[in-house]
Amino acid sequence: MADLQHPLVYASWETRGYWEGAGRGELVLQRCDACGTVQHKPRAICASCMADAPRSFVASGRGTVYTYTVTHQNQLPPFAAACPYVMAYVELDEGPRLLTHIVGCDPADVRIGMPVVVDFQPQERTDGEVFAVPRFRPA
Amino acid sequence: MSISGKAAIAGVYEHPTRWAPDATEFQIMAESARGALADAGLTLADVDGLFAASMTMGAMGMIELAEYLNVKPDYIDGTNVGGSSFVAHVTHAAAAINAGLCEVALVLYGSTAASSSVAIGTGMSHGNRGAHESFTSPYGLTTVGSYALVARLHMERYGTTPEQLAEIAVTMRRHAGLNPAAKMRAPITVDDVLSSRMISDPLHLLDCCIISDGGGAIVVTSTERARDLRQTPVLVLGCGEAVAHPEIGSPDLLTVAGAQSGARAFGMAGVRPADIDLAMVYDSFTITVLATLENLGFCARGEGGDFVSGGRIGLGGELPVNPDGGGLSNNHPGMRGIFLVIEAAKQLRGECGDRQVAGARLAVAHGTGGTLGVSHSGATLVLGVA
Repeated sequence: MADLQHPLVYASWETRGYWEGAGRGELVLQRCDACGTVQHKPRAICASCMADAPRSFVASGRGTVYTYTVTHQNQLPPFAAACPYVMAYVELDEGPRLLTHIVGCDPADVRIGMPVVVDFQPQERTDGEVFAVPRFRPA
Repeated sequence: MSISGKAAIAGVYEHPTRWAPDATEFQIMAESARGALADAGLTLADVDGLFAASMTMGAMGMIELAEYLNVKPDYIDGTNVGGSSFVAHVTHAAAAINAGLCEVALVLYGSTAASSSVAIGTGMSHGNRGAHESFTSPYGLTTVGSYALVARLHMERYGTTPEQLAEIAVTMRRHAGLNPAAKMRAPITVDDVLSSRMISDPLHLLDCCIISDGGGAIVVTSTERARDLRQTPVLVLGCGEAVAHPEIGSPDLLTVAGAQSGARAFGMAGVRPADIDLAMVYDSFTITVLATLENLGFCARGEGGDFVSGGRIGLGGELPVNPDGGGLSNNHPGMRGIFLVIEAAKQLRGECGDRQVAGARLAVAHGTGGTLGVSHSGATLVLGVA
């Protein structure tokens, strides 16, 4: 697999904290002060009780592979040159599932239930933003 | 008050084209509209409800379509929830007709996905700014990949095999061989599927639907009016729609939208899966069929692999699925939902020749739109003839 440089991420007002956190090497989730629900993807209201302003917190970065697929064909650059790569849902210890890549092992060795830990790829950007893309590797 | 049985499909038309480099979406829709209205014994002047969706229609799409067709409908519905949209349109049309908001509804689809080289499965970008796309585009999740996530989980949890998934593709191809209009008609074997190249593990090339051009049209009206028209009315007995998005609360990825929409449709119709003579199931990928059959209740969760084996979903089997050959072999111009309804209606009218399900009285059509393993829509219809 060629080393994949993930496409530049786009941060909205609601998602900026997540990508900035990744840029610092932190996996940021949200927890609602009113009902305690932990959520991902980030948004301005709690998806469980509709309270305003769920609070960001730094997650453990640990989880297990919930399911995965080895992508052998994607015609879009830069992914075309990176095949095969492993798309996965990682179920975080805090509860939410994250759609991500599994890196740092042979795609054939990925298993459902495998413990994984977050691994950040910093983005090379010219707009001054310090963002990174969270991937996971075997724990 | 239930609307069960109060609206009916009075006319249908499946556009014969599978390759139309010189046609536009609206042209295919208009030609299909002409066909379905003729089938019903109506004209464009009778139409007062317009329903459509397509791969490219934007916010003003319904207005542009009305202008193209030169119609001024009293009721307009451009609901776009992906490939299932047209199944939902029939539901919405039945509701609108029953509410007196329109009387003759025209549901349209047209696409040049193949001749425009739209790489739906492994090369389609949705941009990177949406609430959804901003978290998928950095990772290169393909459409096929989103379904493969579900397939992998099903195999892990229930021991479902690649051979069982392949049998779905083989069955659809056998059906397509009986359909002169189908794009892919040469028989295939389980080995052919398993030896075709891997697209997104565990889904091979032949686990994936084809890409074609095409389109179709459906005319829905009140059952009362339909009884005076050319064709046997195909009654809308039950309907349901749903969305599924598996992140907050992390629900089971194998519970798809069909569980919700199917329960509602069967409940409204007052029938059970065992009563159904044939099922039209959106077969974007082989796993879509397996997951849908389980979630609609045709078999228990985890038993889909066995259920699709041994000829059970083939013509002559316990539950024939997609006798037209489905999206895997007949046609798949990007959003396939309209063909589920068209073929179900033709089967219930008994006009399908070599691929006719003998004595079909009750059919289910279930569309899936979007990406099964991430977020998607489902729409279910129970259709029947008196």
